[in-house]
Amino acid sequence: MIWTAIIVAGLGSYLLKFAGLSLPPRLFEHPVAARIVDLMPVALLAALIGVQVFASGNTHGQHLALDARAAGLGVAVVALLLRAPFLLVVVLAAATAAILRLLGWAG
Amino acid sequence: MSTDTTPDVPAAVRRQIVRDSMAVAIATGAYGVSFGAIGVASGFDVWQTCATSLLIFTGASQYAMAGVLGAGGAPMSAAATGLLLASRNLLYGLRLAPLLRFTGIRRAAAAHVVIDESTAMSITRQNTGEARVGFLTTGVGIFILWNLATLIGAVAGDHLGDPRSYGLDSAVGGAFIALLWPRLRDRRNQLCGVLAGALALSLVPVVPAGMPVLAAAGVALVLGFVPHQPPDVPESTEDTP
Repeated sequence: MIWTAIIVAGLGSYLLKFAGLSLPPRLFEHPVAARIVDLMPVALLAALIGVQVFASGNTHGQHLALDARAAGLGVAVVALLLRAPFLLVVVLAAATAAILRLLGWAG
Repeated sequence: MSTDTTPDVPAAVRRQIVRDSMAVAIATGAYGVSFGAIGVASGFDVWQTCATSLLIFTGASQYAMAGVLGAGGAPMSAAATGLLLASRNLLYGLRLAPLLRFTGIRRAAAAHVVIDESTAMSITRQNTGEARVGFLTTGVGIFILWNLATLIGAVAGDHLGDPRSYGLDSAVGGAFIALLWPRLRDRRNQLCGVLAGALALSLVPVVPAGMPVLAAAGVALVLGFVPHQPPDVPESTEDTP
């Protein structure tokens, strides 16, 4: 099932790229289409942050939780405000959660 | 690179573009290590993690798939989320096509490396020749480095033991906020982010994992119909001092 998902997503993302290079540009000149494509990554990334940081559980049920990941997100935001590069932001988010868990201060 | 239709790029200009593009490629390629480690921590095996980088080759989509899968979402929800995120590559392609003017097999090959960075490094160039140098150096450079780095990260991550004790679950949230950050400049995007995040969180307890993120795509659909300028404020030039 995971392999199917990877192949479907790989084929789909290639076709999106190829379509962009091949289709007449006026198809997407409509401002609504342009805005939706522009807003899509914002909506998805914001939702992914919410779920990744504040959801706990497994395939059978999820709930909201506040734990070491929230602290990791907070540190990431501070790092971004200080204009840290991508990789440093990711490492700091991980290190924050790892240290809190090592100290036993957060799950 | 030098077909008869490609304007010649002076050597000095070419060197400068290659240098700038390589810097971007190295910086971007390096964080493939974090994708590799996160991939195996989220439930992909080493080969699946590498296949993701080879076949999907769009950073945000790959992190999204790992995130949805790691949170217990179905593989197909992960694929759907990844594809929705990849939709912006279509717009990049539309903007790049008249500039790069690739045809046939070259276009088919070039399509695979249409990503954020290769677009950014070619869209501002003066002519087709310069745009192609920026696009190909950045795109192919990142493709090679990103995949090598993914393999390194995946193999290392596989030997780490419990990924939570290294905070790898928290690293995913860090990656998402870093990807989102540069897109939060204008008001509409900020509103979109807040609404989408709130909607996803409110759905977490009631729908299966993976679904809250897909539902949040609806926020982008709805806000897309709102015109950019607020409906005309009544023109009252008389009142202006």
